[in-house]
Amino acid sequence: MTEISTTGLIDGNGALHLRSASPEEVGDSELASAMWVLRGFEERIRELRVSGDVVGSVHLGIGQEAIPVGALLALRPGDPVYSTYRGHGWALASGAAPEGVFAELLGRAGGVNGGRGGSAYFSVPEEDFYGENSIVGAGAPIACGSALAAKFNGSDAVTLTVFGDGALNQGSVSEAFNFASVMKLPVIFICENNGYSELTPIASMVVNPMLHERGDVYGIPNLRIDGNDARAVAGAVGAAAARARAGGGPTLIEALTQRLVGHYIGDAELYRAKGELDRAMEDEPLERLRRSLESSGTTSAEFEVLRDTALARLSAACDRAIGQPFADTSTVYDHLYSKEAYRG
Amino acid sequence: MAKITYAQAITSALDRALSEDNDVLVYGEDVGVGGGIFGCTKGLRARHGERVFDTPISESAILGSAVGAAMMGKRPVVEIMWVDFSLVALDQIVNQAVNVRYVSEGRLSAPLTIRTQQGAMPGSCAQHSQNLEALFAHTPGLLVGLPSNAQDAHDMLLSGIHADDPVIIIENRTLYFGEKVDVDEDAPVVAPGGARVVREGADLTVVSWSAMMGPVLEAATAAAAHGVDVEVIDLRWLRPLDMPAVFRSISKTSKLMIAHEANITGGFGAEIAARVVGEAVHLLDAPVRRVGVADVRMPAAPGLQGALIPNADSILREILELARF
Ligand SMILES: Cc1ncc(C[n+]2csc(CCOP(=O)(O)OP(=O)(O)O)c2C)c(N)n1
Repeated sequence: MTEISTTGLIDGNGALHLRSASPEEVGDSELASAMWVLRGFEERIRELRVSGDVVGSVHLGIGQEAIPVGALLALRPGDPVYSTYRGHGWALASGAAPEGVFAELLGRAGGVNGGRGGSAYFSVPEEDFYGENSIVGAGAPIACGSALAAKFNGSDAVTLTVFGDGALNQGSVSEAFNFASVMKLPVIFICENNGYSELTPIASMVVNPMLHERGDVYGIPNLRIDGNDARAVAGAVGAAAARARAGGGPTLIEALTQRLVGHYIGDAELYRAKGELDRAMEDEPLERLRRSLESSGTTSAEFEVLRDTALARLSAACDRAIGQPFADTSTVYDHLYSKEAYRG
Repeated sequence: MAKITYAQAITSALDRALSEDNDVLVYGEDVGVGGGIFGCTKGLRARHGERVFDTPISESAILGSAVGAAMMGKRPVVEIMWVDFSLVALDQIVNQAVNVRYVSEGRLSAPLTIRTQQGAMPGSCAQHSQNLEALFAHTPGLLVGLPSNAQDAHDMLLSGIHADDPVIIIENRTLYFGEKVDVDEDAPVVAPGGARVVREGADLTVVSWSAMMGPVLEAATAAAAHGVDVEVIDLRWLRPLDMPAVFRSISKTSKLMIAHEANITGGFGAEIAARVVGEAVHLLDAPVRRVGVADVRMPAAPGLQGALIPNADSILREILELARF
């Protein structure tokens, strides 16, 4: 059993325990600590990507942390989560220990998938994180199957799947909406609307910018929320989960947010309007929490302690990951099939 | 033993799987109440209730949900009405199902079974007549079976459902309503794999599968009258591939022909030919011969189709030519 720190939701290894917390009892400082784990992880990964220790396409969730943190506060252990390639934060919020995720991105043997998934396609089933997906929109039908299984098993698990704004223009997502609705599946669809799909504003790719209204034609209850407010996210996800557990079927939540960094590391972000990022910085979830804590008497020094505690645990986890051996090349054929004979 | 058709053998296997394992789900378009467009799931909804159900015409949702349900411990057996329709949702097979086990280092698995059918029939249009088995065989992580007869339709489907991996069983609709034959519905369930020598011969080996087995066997019988003793192998599974069966046969006959209904270029015959040439060319005394449909699109008119699809006569001609080499 790992020690639960004074900050409540993070243990000594930097792993978050959001699923077992109840959102009402979580204060701003705990929310900030949890979000610092996600933010600090991404910032460290950015350094490692720039230094070349991490390679490949890396999509950071900087600025979008309130959505996974809020959502996982509202979910329970055993509720399956499916994300996209922008999923490091979703894995950490689900409960994955940072060391295993760092190791995964670093190609180390002790990575959550032994380096096979990399930044954009790993899973942590032990924490009910059934994984990222690097095919835009593909997770939505899979999440339906997860919900279908729960329904047939008579379990009250609720499956949550998240995708971006651009993913709404994928046929697979439309198919999943209808399938989930007509079968009343216990699934929550979260659309992280960060305004862009790679380099293209979503506003130029849809006629109706109220993306959540897509739910209407499928008979899916839907709402738009402030995705930079973890409590708003927890409230919406909590209500959706309660409806799903009671047999009421799916919900579509459009969570408005902004990514404060490029789509991938190296994105020149030429598509941004002047001043756009400065405004976004004022509204980003950690800055908001800092202001909120400040107004209730927390000093900036105390806020920095929260950050530094999270960062110190991440840093130790990252060092341990770097200390691991690289994935053993002699294992590269393993696990293609359940039986070695099937490789023939 | 029951005297049943290929289609009924499929129903029988599904019935058995549903009875034996509560985790088995059978679904797809028209599969539940309607009993399937070819009747392969007839009566199953009445017998097994909600575990047999209809879905919207949404191949991505069908296949994707099967991936998700399988990851969560179910044994979904989903129908894709025509193999041509798998193309609108290939992502869920080629990008999703087959990666689950490997990428997660075996922490997860996706033991879904996809049933589909393929092939040309008089009048079938170019979008309802393709033979795409090579495309699936090109996909590591998938098990690919093509039953040519009722017993195999029964047994191979059960093998697929029991396997802890994604499986595609490609049936052929020209076989569904053939003769009723004895099928052992209690046959033991074996692991996927294994070719079968269905006709022994000394002069020449023909490897084939699925509906092409019929004309191949007819041609082999006719070849005997010309003094050519043909050995015929029903490959049954392309993954796993039973190459030892092919090597054993050609070590006796020294001549190899592969016959399939799929297009020649990149067809699975090319893989067998490449393996034989690469690993056992010394066993051959003649070039490997491939028989299939030329590289064109499939017309609907029966006369035009007949000019393209190998039949017993055209296969016989190829056999006799190869035998003379
Ligand atoms: C099927 C598919 N098409 C295109 C891509 C390339 N691609 C990767 S991310 C992305 C943008 C997706 O935008 P959005 O859904 O808004 O999510 P975000 O990246 O903003 O989180 C695109 C086009 C892909 N991975 N998969």
